[in-house]
Amino acid sequence: MSFPWAKEYTPANPVMKFLDEKLPLPRLVYNAVGAGYPVPRNLNYMWNFGVLAGFFLVLQIVTGVVLAMHYAADATVAFGKVEHIMRDVNWGWLMRYSHANGASFFFIVIYLHIFRGFYYSSYKAPREMVWLLGVVIFLLMMATAFMGYVLPWGQMSFWGAKVITGLFGAIPVVGEPLQVWLLGGFAPDDAALNRFFSLHFLLPFVIAGVVILHIWALHIPGSSNPTGVEVKGESDTVPFHPYYTAKDGFGLGVVLVLFAVMLFFLPNYLGHPDNYIEANPLSTPAHIVPEWYFWPFYAILRAFTFDFILPAKLWGVLAMFAAILMWFFLPWLDRSPVRSGHYRPLFRKFFWFGLIPVMAVLFYCGGAPAEEPYVMLSQIATAYYFLHFLVILPLVSSFEKPEPLPYSITEAVLGSDKKAVLGENTTPAT
Amino acid sequence: MIRPIAILVGLGFSFVVLLAFVTGAYTWATEEAQHTAEHEFHLAPHSPEGGFAHDGPLGTWDVAQLQRGYQVYKEVCAACHSLKYVAFRDLAGLGYDEGQIKAEAASYQVPGIDPNTGEATFRPGLPTDYFPSPYPNAVAAAAANNNAVPPDLSLMTKARHHGPEYVYSLLTGFGPIPAELKQEFPDFTTPTGLHFNRYFPNLNLAMAPPLTADGQVTYAEGNPEPTIRQMAADVAAFLTWTAEPKLVERRQTGWPVLGFLIFATILAFLAKKQVWSSMTPGRKDD
Amino acid sequence: MADTTGAATPDIVAEPQVEGGDDGVRRRDFINIAAVSAAGFGGVAVLYPLISQMAPSADVLAESSTEVDVSAIEPGQAIKAIFRKQPLFVRRLTDKEIAEANAVNISSLRDPQTLAERTKEGHQDLLVTMGVCTHLGCVPLGAAEGENKGEFGGYFCPCHGSHYDTAARIRKGPAPLNLQVPEYEFTSDTVITVG
Repeated sequence: MSFPWAKEYTPANPVMKFLDEKLPLPRLVYNAVGAGYPVPRNLNYMWNFGVLAGFFLVLQIVTGVVLAMHYAADATVAFGKVEHIMRDVNWGWLMRYSHANGASFFFIVIYLHIFRGFYYSSYKAPREMVWLLGVVIFLLMMATAFMGYVLPWGQMSFWGAKVITGLFGAIPVVGEPLQVWLLGGFAPDDAALNRFFSLHFLLPFVIAGVVILHIWALHIPGSSNPTGVEVKGESDTVPFHPYYTAKDGFGLGVVLVLFAVMLFFLPNYLGHPDNYIEANPLSTPAHIVPEWYFWPFYAILRAFTFDFILPAKLWGVLAMFAAILMWFFLPWLDRSPVRSGHYRPLFRKFFWFGLIPVMAVLFYCGGAPAEEPYVMLSQIATAYYFLHFLVILPLVSSFEKPEPLPYSITEAVLGSDKKAVLGENTTPAT
Repeated sequence: MIRPIAILVGLGFSFVVLLAFVTGAYTWATEEAQHTAEHEFHLAPHSPEGGFAHDGPLGTWDVAQLQRGYQVYKEVCAACHSLKYVAFRDLAGLGYDEGQIKAEAASYQVPGIDPNTGEATFRPGLPTDYFPSPYPNAVAAAAANNNAVPPDLSLMTKARHHGPEYVYSLLTGFGPIPAELKQEFPDFTTPTGLHFNRYFPNLNLAMAPPLTADGQVTYAEGNPEPTIRQMAADVAAFLTWTAEPKLVERRQTGWPVLGFLIFATILAFLAKKQVWSSMTPGRKDD
Repeated sequence: MADTTGAATPDIVAEPQVEGGDDGVRRRDFINIAAVSAAGFGGVAVLYPLISQMAPSADVLAESSTEVDVSAIEPGQAIKAIFRKQPLFVRRLTDKEIAEANAVNISSLRDPQTLAERTKEGHQDLLVTMGVCTHLGCVPLGAAEGENKGEFGGYFCPCHGSHYDTAARIRKGPAPLNLQVPEYEFTSDTVITVG
């Protein structure tokens, strides 16, 4: 699409030729993830996570459709149906544990994918739309995961649903009617369970649709790369297939080994024991926590404990939503002309010694009980989190002297790039 | 325009959360930390001596132990605790054959209807039936037990952190309030009807000690002495099986899958290396 | 391109490099083929649980036997029981019905079977069949009092007009086979266990 030297699809046999004329699906695949997509030659393993996220989306849809064949969204039987899947359905335990751990792995690769984007400023022009669609996917994933966690109808399912919909109750005036409307009742019950099941089934396909847009938008400028220097010529790129199919294949293998270890030997490690107790509206678990992938945002929610003009609860809800929604504005907040963190000494320090430890603290405190010192730690971390994205990122480029960039990707890889310097055999990317 | 607004919003959120931090830190520094007996004297669960046969990635069921544990459940726990997700047919997993399962099921009375009148009645169980609950409903269970409903045990070992160890420790953890606790927390008491147990989160448990004497259950010939510890370990193993009957099958599926994945990943690595060999500067094609 | 200064271009590197001679090429191909085959094997292996999860689950399979008390059935009467979530007809034949069934010339039947072959020895008056028409699976009439028993006095399927005789053998209409006799045995003189 983007580069004039992209290989053109040639049908290998009459069947493919027929198909190419009537419905050029093979051509689409060839140009999207085949030899027809030129990709910077210097992508490191952090660039594996997009393809891996796609893999886990497919895994979730396949195992989810299978589980839906055996599940019933009725508060009196839902918990027992999950046990039916675990005990009686052929390979039901494999399907359910794959789905539960698949969700965790989906979030692991998505977080790595997002933080790759933060470090290499993948959100910057000309890839703003790729980034915006990515944030949309992340929000849809969070909604899907939350509703999916309600379906087993254990204690954490029930109380998670109650607490999260309770957040909407913090909104002035419309909050409480809104919460009742979301649940279809005054507490989570059949109505809520059924709508969550319906939406949990629907949203993954919406995600798949937005993923296609995300990839489409990516193919307009082409992939970014660790130097942040745009592709200047043919020598800067390699065809996606076989180079990155091979590299992604290896990455997928490594992740699947880790996945199998969790799935077969520690399937409940990332879950919570309370969810093996059937939902009981009369008894709250001692320590309500969401699934681990919500912990940073849960920590931010709980960090606001002081009524300042607005009630603390409302501050927490606003901050939690702002913590993600502000990612939409990143392309316009970070003004540095240099993309890659490799060449931005000051930004790099804030990233490694600021954002990463702060995220670790938020992850840890979000899963810890709401007591000291965890609350104080998450308050400091929350303050830095907002300062990092909304204050430091817009200002840092004014104080920073970027390190010299390589002339081209080829030069970065090989140390010199005679052809590019001499202008031989090159075509500007734009 | 967007950056000044962002800076204001960022400073705003940070300011409010830091206010919360300052007030929280002040409270924390000035108020004495709350010491509670639960905090100081609660014990983490521990394994029986020698652990369980199902421990570890290679662990497997000790069928004789599961059968003993089932006997303990049947003769002791079943008086109050249901096991509603386990069917009699599942006992095949404990090494019983069809005839034994049929006889075992028939020894239970399960709710049914009279085929002629349609009235609710009881009939002997069939292998397809699930273990009947000792109480007809939760209200009856609460009424009979001082308002504390005895929980269903099917999933107990998955519903607690370190479940099998927790069950074992709880069953062997009853005893008098230690002198140090009384010294440190003179106000601490065990209310009437509750029982002191250091493995229970708030130290006072509604369940009376169920295993009170060695030999409470008579094991068949060739089994270990039915000491309290032995019976507790056996029933904890049995409840591990009821919570996850596919545990061993899962691990046994896992090993070959893992082996295959590692093999395939090595192949993928070699293929990747080969594909890229011509692109990597300074490296000879191998 | 093995030298450190040259810029590798995709056109050049796409060519196989024959540095180690034919052996090198073969080994290279072998690794790629092996890796792709392993991925293919993994993909196919995953299909097995995905397909078998749709087969009957353990609780469904466990319900595959049913006990029926036949002591209260009078000659000429039939009862409907449920076996594997499908209707089961248990019919006590009158002497006249037995005689009718035995009078038929077996070789003239579409699905030749004698009444004796379709009942248990010593219990020739007790006809146990599935209540499932062998044509397209409707439930035939004739088990309950007053229902149409068809032209041959047995069962009649209203969906497409299959007539079964007193031994529940197909006599007229589109059904290809007699009503199926499930596997069963007398566990006592009055109780049968089906399945």
